Amino acid sequence: MSMSRDEIYEKVKDILVDALGVDDDEVTNQATLVGDLGAESIDFLDIVFQLEKQFEIKIPREELFPAENLLNDSEYVDNGKLTAAGLARLKEAMGHVDFSEFEKDPDLNKITDLFTVDSIVQFIEGKTNAA
Amino acid sequence: MRWIWIDKFVEFEPGVRAVAVKNVTMAEEHLHDHFPGYPTMPAALMIEAMAQTAGILVGQARNFQEKVILAKVNQALFHEIVRPGDQLFLEARMENITAEAATTRGTIRCEDRLIAEITLMFSHIDQNLSGMQFPEENFVFNAQFMDLLKCYIPSAAPLKQDL
Repeated sequence: MSMSRDEIYEKVKDILVDALGVDDDEVTNQATLVGDLGAESIDFLDIVFQLEKQFEIKIPREELFPAENLLNDSEYVDNGKLTAAGLARLKEAMGHVDFSEFEKDPDLNKITDLFTVDSIVQFIEGKTNAA
Repeated sequence: MRWIWIDKFVEFEPGVRAVAVKNVTMAEEHLHDHFPGYPTMPAALMIEAMAQTAGILVGQARNFQEKVILAKVNQALFHEIVRPGDQLFLEARMENITAEAATTRGTIRCEDRLIAEITLMFSHIDQNLSGMQFPEENFVFNAQFMDLLKCYIPSAAPLKQDL
């Protein structure tokens, strides 16, 4: 099933409005899930569930939001920042994300800024076109 | 003492759906405090009744091994009020269950009236929260609860397979 980017975006937007209780116009391409839209940890699971249902795909644990495992590994984290190895690992795991801002200062506190509306749309686009 | 807010199950299809009954009586204090002089059941307590119904459905699906915690009220729509003497039928259906969490969709009815529609999300907390440690003992489905289950669901014994 091939879908245009706009179609995917509209459906992702509906899911985020529903899951996060935000208004339509708050969901922009660059909006971050945590910072701008107020997502909490359980919301990430809720979003994954709803994406799976809406797009009829399977999203393995850690694929869409894979940061968690990485953060507990000392090879990847040093003094509150991602190491070069950690950054490489995260980039590999998250092909759907734009790292250009984050890599200037890979502070763990800023990792949630990587999860934008656009990153979800890109992820779904990759999944549905591959299927 | 565990706070029990449903009276019994009348239907239980493991992993699929459960129907519980809650009898609302004038003897319950909450009825008198919400709107003094006009006893009605607070909507938040209808959510609690649904959370217990659905939470047990979710717990049973993993043989009561997981600690099942209400994590999110996705949706709660209330169409009618509930008065003393009403008998509520709470039906919860499993929408999705994974290692980490589950979602349920439910309705509350009284006779032929649709009272509420409630969608909930539960967390299996040992599988979430970045590896945070919780007590090993299952404080959600504890021994007292497992005893109660026998009168909640007359056919409860086969529901917990390793009992």
